[in-house]
Amino acid sequence: MVRPLLNVPREVRAGVAFDVRILIQHPMETGLRRDAMGLVVPQDVINRFECAVDGQEVFSATLHPAISANPYLAFSAKLVRSGTMVLRWVDDHGVEASESVAITVV
Amino acid sequence: MVAAVLPVGAQEKRSGYDDAGPQVRAMQDDDLANPAFLWVQQGAALWARREGAAGKSCADCHGAVEMMRGVAARYPAHDPARGRVVNLEQRVNQCRTERQGAALLPPEGDAMLGITALVGLQSRGLPVAVDVSGPASVHAARGEDFFRLRQGQLNLSCAQCHDQLAGQALAGSRIPQGHATGYPIYRLEWQGMGSLFRRLRACLVGVRAEPLGRDDALLGDLELYLAARAAGLAVETPGVRP
Repeated sequence: MVRPLLNVPREVRAGVAFDVRILIQHPMETGLRRDAMGLVVPQDVINRFECAVDGQEVFSATLHPAISANPYLAFSAKLVRSGTMVLRWVDDHGVEASESVAITVV
Repeated sequence: MVAAVLPVGAQEKRSGYDDAGPQVRAMQDDDLANPAFLWVQQGAALWARREGAAGKSCADCHGAVEMMRGVAARYPAHDPARGRVVNLEQRVNQCRTERQGAALLPPEGDAMLGITALVGLQSRGLPVAVDVSGPASVHAARGEDFFRLRQGQLNLSCAQCHDQLAGQALAGSRIPQGHATGYPIYRLEWQGMGSLFRRLRACLVGVRAEPLGRDDALLGDLELYLAARAAGLAVETPGVRP
């Protein structure tokens, strides 16, 4: 799987909100299209996205069809101490992927 | 004559970027929101990977990809050895077969789109400046003839829309002047990336004409004319279009 484009600051200030932005390469197949043979292309979308720091969830989303291919997610987070941010997602075919970033509170 | 004659009322050349909506422009402006950079990333991996019988990577001959600055701004270019115009995709595949001894990259595949986007990115901001002197002038003139040729069941030429009617509305969108400065582009309608060939094919099919073949010499001529017509506009690769 191709790695996503992830933008997270490596150093943040305690209690100050920062932006997390991620762009994931994925076809986000709706399940409503038919192929050249007239057969329905099975739905394949990223259905769950979770972001946790040292096991504690900071953001999660349940995704549905009608989100464009290569989805872009942006959200804010705040940390009080340094930790490892793990971003994890899974699609309808059960394919899981994740990225992790160490963030230091300064 | 290669010099582009712009329609009355069009004081300046406008890139498709200028005619796109604010959301699309914002996507192109931010490299972290521009999905084309997913392909650029794959292109960068391919740049460093040794492939083929010669066991060479792109970097082994060309060095760091930054050395390719300015290259995409000069393409497509007339190749005297072949007696035809060669675009960037064709040049990449020439390198693969002749220098790397590797298999051709499939057109419109992630690898080809990635490597051309990566090379194009190095010229971002530079003015398009193709060479249409000497033998290339014949090819550019042939490309211009094709541009002005009425064709297809709708009996339209490229020039009728992109010179005479540029800036006006076609259904919900504005007709751009047709300057191909951002290719390969991420097109929202495609939900993916595509080459200039794919765009031209869609236009030709749209006027219900017979599309050009990918290896048709006339395709190179047309791409050369389009680049000459866009001369001076900045390279935007990888662009985002609606």
